[in-house]
Amino acid sequence: MSNARTLTMAQAIAEAIGQEMDRDPRVFAMGEDIGSYGGIFSATSGLLARFGPERIRDTPISESAFIGAATGAAAAGMRPIAELMFVDFFGVCMDQIYNHLAKNRYMSGGQVKLPVVLMTAIGGGYGDAAQHSQCLYATFAHMPGLKVVVPSNAYDAKGLMIQAIRDDNPVVYFFHKGIMGLPWMKYFDGATNGVPEEAYTVPFGQAAVVREGRHVTVVAVSQMVHKALAAAKQLQTEGIDLEVIDLRTLVPLDRETVIRSVGKTGRLLIADEDYLEFGLSGEIAAVVAERLDQIALKAPVRRLGVPGVPIPYSRPLEEAVIPSMQSIADACRLLMDAQLNQAA
Amino acid sequence: MTEPNAQTLRWMYETMLLIRRYEETMAQVYLEGKLPPHIQMGLAFDIASGPVPGEMHLAAGQEPVAVGVCAHLTVTDTVVGTHRPHHFAIAKGVPLDHMTAEIFGKATGLGRGKGGHMHLFDPEHRFSCSGIVGASMPPACGAALAAKMLGTQDIAVAFFGEGAANQGTFHESLNLAALWKLPVVFVCEDNAWAISVPKDKATAIHSNAKRAAAYGMEGITVERNDAMEVYHAARQAVNRARLGHGPTLVEVKTDRYFGHFQGDAEVYRPKDEVSQLRKHDPIPALGATLRKNGLLDDGSEAQIRDQVDARVRAAFEFARTSPYPSAAEATEHAFA
Repeated sequence: MSNARTLTMAQAIAEAIGQEMDRDPRVFAMGEDIGSYGGIFSATSGLLARFGPERIRDTPISESAFIGAATGAAAAGMRPIAELMFVDFFGVCMDQIYNHLAKNRYMSGGQVKLPVVLMTAIGGGYGDAAQHSQCLYATFAHMPGLKVVVPSNAYDAKGLMIQAIRDDNPVVYFFHKGIMGLPWMKYFDGATNGVPEEAYTVPFGQAAVVREGRHVTVVAVSQMVHKALAAAKQLQTEGIDLEVIDLRTLVPLDRETVIRSVGKTGRLLIADEDYLEFGLSGEIAAVVAERLDQIALKAPVRRLGVPGVPIPYSRPLEEAVIPSMQSIADACRLLMDAQLNQAA
Repeated sequence: MTEPNAQTLRWMYETMLLIRRYEETMAQVYLEGKLPPHIQMGLAFDIASGPVPGEMHLAAGQEPVAVGVCAHLTVTDTVVGTHRPHHFAIAKGVPLDHMTAEIFGKATGLGRGKGGHMHLFDPEHRFSCSGIVGASMPPACGAALAAKMLGTQDIAVAFFGEGAANQGTFHESLNLAALWKLPVVFVCEDNAWAISVPKDKATAIHSNAKRAAAYGMEGITVERNDAMEVYHAARQAVNRARLGHGPTLVEVKTDRYFGHFQGDAEVYRPKDEVSQLRKHDPIPALGATLRKNGLLDDGSEAQIRDQVDARVRAAFEFARTSPYPSAAEATEHAFA
């Protein structure tokens, strides 16, 4: 890799956007506080000075209007990037997202091209409570018509953002606040990594095996990848060898990498920061269940996610609901001890 | 006041006749197979049966809004319509045959049968619409923003009903458009009824045009359902947009001749309301203007009506004889 420096994920995202804006005059960004503030989570840091207020466009607090405007501008030939400050705010603009941005291409029989990137901040763990801490990527992945990108580190973040901007479909790009490398929020070091200076893409639908192992497959995205890697380090001393898969994109979903890994380990844990029920963890479990004619499990599938409650505020309560390195390690130990019911 | 030239006047009249004939034809065709004895189970009406299933919202009576505005537009101007979209689509130049085929769910339809009557997309004529009330304004702002950034002279028009003026998108979009001086025209079709709820039971002020003042924008009310009056109001608004002077809100008091949807028993509406409204039918009114200007006589009137009938017949014939899409197409076109 030439010219790799270490960047934070926020720097990598901003660099990707800047390089694509240099390359293509149709690319522009709009959202709340993306201009002089540089984005609340720094995803557009430094871009206003380079591109000016027409292309790095601060918006009123009118998510329906500016996300709907992104759809309209894309239909008219532009390639907008819209930032929804927190994914939790989707409630005020979801009609424009899922009834229009997501559906118009299909309803037009493929005629309307909507190259829109909707980027948004996700995740808890810093005491921001129920309306500013959710992940919700599975909600967007559930509804047809949106590609769903959830990077875990700066290298992927840059390549996936460039891929997203060049994609002719709506892409929802979720960055976790706790891996952006912000100077005001604790983050996982592994997310800040080597990033080439030149533009490059990371293709959608290709999961990364970020750690190879023999005993348990841990499927994760975003910040949870780093928690899984930390758990793997801890469990190594106990002789438990984790294989960690970073899905990187949910739509499209790389099912084969999951199947290949579980076929090897025979044990599956899905570690997810989104809600447990009806979400990513259930989907991955179903992917494996549907292929049990080809691979064999040694233990029942285990899942970690936020149990059916909103994210609580108080520190001990929040720690109780968001899966941690410790809860991942515990779940893997249980998987090593568990057996399938062979009598049935 | 600059009057429309002869060509524009003729186009307006022909297009109003075309819209009316289209909607009346659709009202008939829509009923095919939906009434006893074609349907079973003791139903009085079956929305899913016949060649045109689903809801059907027709715009007969509202022709002046569509033609009075679209008379000022070019092919590359954007129009975003509503759940009641046929008059806008026709006035914007969307091909009648492919539009009708879409409404029939055929493979030759605008969206290969994936959208239907509330979801007509014609990128070539920059037309789209939505079944969601209040959804037209944000994408129209976006099209206008694109025009501004690309440096074209194109403008965008968002049509919506008076019921939609109580949606958040209306207020968000008017503010955004005024703030960014976008080349957009907001056109409120006030047909007095939001399905069954009259405007005075839903809106705290009498005139939606007054709401424009809240966003530092001019609001114009067209008090009569008259194509010439809409034409003049829209001319100001379109010119303002095209000259880069920002958005305008135009409110037109128009009339809905049919129910909210076909099959609507209209229990909420005074029985003689429509017959009273039809006494002020805007089509003969415009015809009289053409005659006064020597642009229409009995002979040319008959000729125009024959042509309009033939175009509508051909469009419905095209739709009826077109094939359905294959079932395999259901999983196509979600992504590029």
